[in-house]
Amino acid sequence: MLVPKHEVLSKEEAEELLRSLGIKKEQLPKIKATDPIAKEIGAKVGDIVKITRESPTAGKSIAYRLVI
Amino acid sequence: MKYDNLLDKYPIPKALKEEIKEELERLNVNKTTAKKIIEKCYEAYLKNLMEPGEAAGIIAAQSMGEPGTQMTMRTFHYAGVAEIDVTLGLPRLIEILDVRKNPSTPMMTIRLTEEYAKDREKAREIANKIEATYILDIADVATDIRNMRIIINLDEKAMQRKKLKVEDVKKKIEKGLKMEVVEEDGKLIIQISEPSFKALMDTFDKLKNIVLVGIKEIRRVIVRKEGDEYVLYTEGSSLKKIMKIKGIDFTRTTTNNVYEIYEVLGIEAARNAIIKEAISTLEEQGLEVDVRHIMLVADVMTVDGELKQIGRHGVAGGKHSILARAAFEMTVNNLLDAAIKGDVDLLRGITENIIVGQPIKLGTGDVELIAKLGGRR
Repeated sequence: MLVPKHEVLSKEEAEELLRSLGIKKEQLPKIKATDPIAKEIGAKVGDIVKITRESPTAGKSIAYRLVI
Repeated sequence: MKYDNLLDKYPIPKALKEEIKEELERLNVNKTTAKKIIEKCYEAYLKNLMEPGEAAGIIAAQSMGEPGTQMTMRTFHYAGVAEIDVTLGLPRLIEILDVRKNPSTPMMTIRLTEEYAKDREKAREIANKIEATYILDIADVATDIRNMRIIINLDEKAMQRKKLKVEDVKKKIEKGLKMEVVEEDGKLIIQISEPSFKALMDTFDKLKNIVLVGIKEIRRVIVRKEGDEYVLYTEGSSLKKIMKIKGIDFTRTTTNNVYEIYEVLGIEAARNAIIKEAISTLEEQGLEVDVRHIMLVADVMTVDGELKQIGRHGVAGGKHSILARAAFEMTVNNLLDAAIKGDVDLLRGITENIIVGQPIKLGTGDVELIAKLGGRR
């Protein structure tokens, strides 16, 4: 399967994440609002999407993308 | 089970945790020993992590570049799966990293839903439905110059194999040519009204290009049994159109066209596709490159939310520094454009600092040390 799990983070979760990483959200990798999967989960510009990837090395890895 | 809560405390990847757990279970040690082992493993894990300031990108580039020199420049088109030609080796690797919108040999692997996957006839039925069929596949076409008409001699056997009816073919042609088609004892006849040889030949060419059934992009379909299910391999690719067809399990259907995956399934799927395609191309050539390097390349190509190629129109061309861009490709153009615009190079990156001969921000150069004077005597 090619598409990993995408979830939109709630406001609190997003704040918590940015605090724990110590970065601004502009520093995250991006995903376009027009991306087919972003549209599918209803992500809006400014949201943070949590992606649970299946990694060949780590088994499971979590990545975040900012919707632009 | 009993080792799970011991492992939970450590921030190590899932795959590693499972490996440790398996080993512990095999050894069947008690809690204190297990704790010690896990502690040691965690230490080893930390030692193996990339250090801050390490030039991960350069290592990735070298790790892919060196094996790349061993790849042959010549394309060996070889029957990868079931007589389908696939570009391999260096040309294919370049294609992936350049994000070509139209790769030279697009190919799809289509898996079917349970109902269709087990039955050869049903799998064949879908194959017929998606394979592009032209008039020349099912009939002999002749031009009658004297009477200004085209005569289509339908081949009954081919028609039966494709499950086509004369009526359907007639309708399709009428729609495609916007001309009337007359049926005359098993033959289809198209009468050209204009008495011009050019009009006749134009119509003939148009007729040859009408897709009677199937998807235009799918030139050939091969049905193969794999394990206990039938899988379709296609020459040509159109993910979007294939996904709409009933009986196809689109969660397990893929194409080797990375750009198409990006358009249909989004950026994350494209990232996975790049990793998969690149590693399989390298492996096929007998080269072992760690996936981590390829993952890094795929990450760089997808950070901005759009697929960028590695090259002057993508990653390398997007650099802020003029000198870094000039050092890569089209030196004069880059410098000239920058001069005309009055651009400023802030000398923040690696390449530009090497050019001007300054220490670079990499490895130990990335940290700045301040000596505290007068502390301890």
